[in-house]
Amino acid sequence: MSWTFFHKLGSPKWFYEISGKLMPWIAAFSLLALVVGSVWGLVFAPQDYQQGNSFRIIYIHVPAAILAQSCYMMLAVAGVVGLVWRMKLADVALQCAAPIGAWMTFVALITGSIWGKPTWGTYWEWDARLTSMLILLFLYFGIIALRMAISNRDTAAKATSVMAIVGVINIPIIKYSVDWWNTLHQPATFTITEKPAMPPEMWLPLLVMVLAFYGLFTLNLFMRMRLEILKREHKTRWVRDALENNS
Amino acid sequence: MHPARKKRLILILLVLLGVGSAVALALTALRENINLFYTPTQIADGEAPQGARIRAGGMVVEGSVERSTDSLDVRFDVSDGAKAVTIAYSGILPDLFREGQGIVALGRINADGVLEADEVLAKHDEEYMPPEVAKAMNDAMANKAAQQPQAE
Repeated sequence: MSWTFFHKLGSPKWFYEISGKLMPWIAAFSLLALVVGSVWGLVFAPQDYQQGNSFRIIYIHVPAAILAQSCYMMLAVAGVVGLVWRMKLADVALQCAAPIGAWMTFVALITGSIWGKPTWGTYWEWDARLTSMLILLFLYFGIIALRMAISNRDTAAKATSVMAIVGVINIPIIKYSVDWWNTLHQPATFTITEKPAMPPEMWLPLLVMVLAFYGLFTLNLFMRMRLEILKREHKTRWVRDALENNS
Repeated sequence: MHPARKKRLILILLVLLGVGSAVALALTALRENINLFYTPTQIADGEAPQGARIRAGGMVVEGSVERSTDSLDVRFDVSDGAKAVTIAYSGILPDLFREGQGIVALGRINADGVLEADEVLAKHDEEYMPPEVAKAMNDAMANKAAQQPQAE
């Protein structure tokens, strides 16, 4: 098997060009999905028979929680690629995705807690799902702090990669916490093997919102990565050319 | 793959495996402490510590809720299908509290085996449905129940 195509992926110049071309499309798609999903979910989707309108927070909470975990998986993959193949782009992706993931985790925790008060009767309970999600937030903080604490870029890249890879063990714990232990948080509504425990007029807007969140995440990540690449490669010829052509 | 890269990849996988098994062992050892609540069966089997503040969780048994007429005192049974435990509580119950609903109560078990709770939380299940669907399902169940005596 030839690895040349894989190494081409790691070239900052190639990434800068291709992401520039993709970004308008991703932006258009995710904004459309965000508008459609939020209006559909917050206005047109039916109420829940027990929770009434308060269940609608699901349209923010679930996409944010999915993204928080997906983003961490991406950090771990970037960590492995960075450590094994020594690809510069992987480190850029890792550094740029960590703050977005931290925000997503924060949003998932806050919306969950706002929903928890009327539904459960408490803002916070030290149950396995909630606690493992809080640990995810601290892992993100750790990665961001580690990056800031080490001034040498290569050392920081190695340290954050190792931390991202080791922390990935928390992801299956979050996922299965509701099955392994007695928790206050309910088990998953959506599973691959079974029909969702929710009618289509409720989960279709949720699906649109999840896609919108993925789109916005990619867009935000690309914007941050492009800036970081320009900063890191500012002495190279292609950056000078790219900036001159743009202005 | 380049041998050096292969070596690094294997090293990472080994580290992940090692940390993973360490975490798995720790979580297995802490299994009982991570559970948010004890089920009525666990309480009946004496797995719950005596005299300590514990949480009990399960479904509120249909028809077991007794409200006091002149105070906020309420007594109800919580079951996990096999065993049941009686819970006494004084205070405002969460909106979602109703018979057949999952709840978690925090308190001490007294000499009579009744859990005197000072906090009751409602547990939500993973089912979501519009009110009309829930009503239709209830009506269908009521119809079925009404028809059964006639069939006999």
